[in-house]
Amino acid sequence: MGLTLLATTYTAYAQDSAAVARGKAKFDHSCAPCHGKGAGDDGRESLPGTYSLKIKYGETLPAALEDRTDLTSEVISVFVRMGAWSMPPFRKTELSDAEIDDIAAYFAVSSRAGN
Amino acid sequence: MAVLPPNTSEADFNNALQAFAAAVGDEWVFSSDEDLKPFRDHYSPVPLEEDELLASAAVAPANVEEVQAVVKVANQYLIPLYPISTGKNFAYGGPAPNVRGSVVLDLKRMDRIIEVNEERNFALVEPGVSYMDLYTYIQERGLKVWLDCPDPGWGSPVGNTLDRGIGYTLGFYRDHNAAQYGLEAVLANGDVIRTGMGALPGSDTWQEYKYGFGPDPAGMFSQGNYGIVTKMGIRLMPQPAHYRNGLVTVPLREDLGPLVNSINYLNDLNMIGDPWYGSPLRALLDNADFRAAATRRGGGIAEELNRFAREANLHSWQVELQFYGSERTTEANWEYAQEVISDRIPGARFTAGESLAIPLTPEQLHETTGPYSSNMRRNITQGVPGLGIWKNLGRTQSLPDTWAQGHLGLFAVLPRSAESIFEAQQVFADTMADLNLDGGINALSLGVNWYQYAFLFSAGFSTGGGNADNSPAGKKKIADGLKALLVVAGEHGWGEYRAAPYFQDAVSEQYSFNDYSLRRFNETIKDAVDPNGILAPGRGGIWPGKSRG
Ligand SMILES: Cc1cc2nc3c(=O)[nH]c(=O)nc-3n(C[C@H](O)[C@H](O)[C@H](O)COP(=O)(O)OP(=O)(O)OC[C@H]3O[C@@H](n4cnc5c(N)ncnc54)[C@H](O)[C@@H]3O)c2cc1C
Ligand code: HEC
Repeated sequence: MGLTLLATTYTAYAQDSAAVARGKAKFDHSCAPCHGKGAGDDGRESLPGTYSLKIKYGETLPAALEDRTDLTSEVISVFVRMGAWSMPPFRKTELSDAEIDDIAAYFAVSSRAGN
Repeated sequence: MAVLPPNTSEADFNNALQAFAAAVGDEWVFSSDEDLKPFRDHYSPVPLEEDELLASAAVAPANVEEVQAVVKVANQYLIPLYPISTGKNFAYGGPAPNVRGSVVLDLKRMDRIIEVNEERNFALVEPGVSYMDLYTYIQERGLKVWLDCPDPGWGSPVGNTLDRGIGYTLGFYRDHNAAQYGLEAVLANGDVIRTGMGALPGSDTWQEYKYGFGPDPAGMFSQGNYGIVTKMGIRLMPQPAHYRNGLVTVPLREDLGPLVNSINYLNDLNMIGDPWYGSPLRALLDNADFRAAATRRGGGIAEELNRFAREANLHSWQVELQFYGSERTTEANWEYAQEVISDRIPGARFTAGESLAIPLTPEQLHETTGPYSSNMRRNITQGVPGLGIWKNLGRTQSLPDTWAQGHLGLFAVLPRSAESIFEAQQVFADTMADLNLDGGINALSLGVNWYQYAFLFSAGFSTGGGNADNSPAGKKKIADGLKALLVVAGEHGWGEYRAAPYFQDAVSEQYSFNDYSLRRFNETIKDAVDPNGILAPGRGGIWPGKSRG
């Protein structure tokens, strides 16, 4: 009984960290070119997504998505499937629902580590 | 489901969806409102919602056989298919079709990089491969070949080329349709063809001799609707050893003529990369007197504008030059460029830019503090894809609650001469004033030289500004204005190089030589190869017989 519980927890953890790794890879591939923390590629202080969110939220929320603790899978879905202002929406062929879950799992970890 | 394909009953449509699912698998057929939202054109110029170019469904095949199966179903139910590759054609329609109710054929899942050859400098890719993916592939393997990227790097060599997209390095590579070398397409009857040497079984030169024997139809797939492209070869630039840039300024308004001629000379000898024109006098546009002179009806007056330039101690025009080669050849080419230009323009001034070994370090890629302030975005001069350009669309400090909608404008093809620029400045500025539109055209507006042998003159509402009015009335005013502008441009012999579906008929309308003989020829081919008119009807202004009436 105890062993089974341990095994289940371990599996959940292993799945989790796999999801986080997948989420990071997908974020780096599809989101970071606009939402990364680095400088804009032509002298701007930040990349376009980070830059816009800094204007949108000022000091109330972090500008970088990776530092946000409020971005659950559901919240991300709303923005990426509808589009958000200058961000066009993503189709399921380029970003699956499972990949959105992975990105949310990654944010849950990156927002902890980052702060 | 909100929209049905034209002339299709709900029952037939449901049967078609089932047949599509049998072809590609349930999970790759999308027909719920929610799934279809991202297939809308997020930057749609279409004023009224009831006219919006919405898809009725989307189908995403994984390989050529599945594409063939989908085509078969579309023929059976007479449903129009609209193929996209990466579907990022923002400012030119996004992933949305020409005909409301079409089924979008989303090829994103076909994303194999079949070959990158660094000795013979080419790549062969499927439609779903993005510039960023191809760049990563090349970097991970340390291959010594370069891409020529459009500004947004998430699009694809296949999709971008098929809309005659452009980039920013050397002339041949900037013209993506020219650098297309051999393609494979599924036709409306399900047949698969390969162009050029691809038609010769066992040949190893598909990406090296694009013509094969007889007519080469490859170009007909660009801005056309004759097939679904499933593979494409592109020429790659061998990685040069060195990059150098330099700034040229000339004092007088009338110096633009000899400046353009000098640049044409250097450009057509392949001694320079993308030349980037501008005017230092833009700095004066905040001055009301100068602005009045620069926006004067009838066009700018040289004497008057020269006086402003002299008083402000500014030159009238500038061009930034890029050089690729070795350290010594780029230096020699820069010196030669100075010789060619000063021979023709006595007062020309030259400022050496940077001289950098390739590949640039990440710091050098971001560096913007050169000897002069450059308008060239560094990463695209180096074939490095990114999305930094999205800065032109989003919120800005001064306009925190609004955003620009990409190019709601168009690019007219002009001769590479100062006379044509001066004429276009006057014609477009005055026409827009008549239409009560502010398109930002004035006596300082210039062409871009993306295509080596022509200027493209942005005749409308380019990115930036954050002033797009997205209300239906605001969009209608701009859309109507652009259509009126197209007609005026056509009267001067200027046509557009590319357009969103909403404007394609209006653009095509200007290409009327001999009672539209070219369009009639295209229609004849369309009817022969796609008798049911199922492939992207209307794209490029080509409609199948049944829609022409
Ligand atoms: C800020 C901004 C900057 C831009 N800068 C540039 C630039 O520098 N250069 C440039 O060229 N563009 C530019 N664009 C326009 C556009 O974003 C790019 O051209 C982009 O690469 C096109 O999207 P895509 O590659 O995903 O092509 P897709 O959207 O996949 O394809 C474009 C069209 O080609 C046809 N098509 C695609 N695939 C197929 C197929 N397999 N078979 C048959 N027909 C097909 C379809 O009609 C489709 O709609 C810019 C846009 C914006 C908003
Ligand atoms: C082309 C650039 C670009 C890309 C790529 C991009 N975004 Fe965005 N995104 C933006 C911009 C710009 C905004 C801000 C919109 C605004 O001004 O409100 C934004 C906003 C968002 C928001 C809304 C945040 C908020 O609180 O308002 C979320 C969530 C988001 N993006 C997630 C993603 C994810 C996940 C990805 C990758 C799959 C992604 N984005 C890729 C540009 C981009």
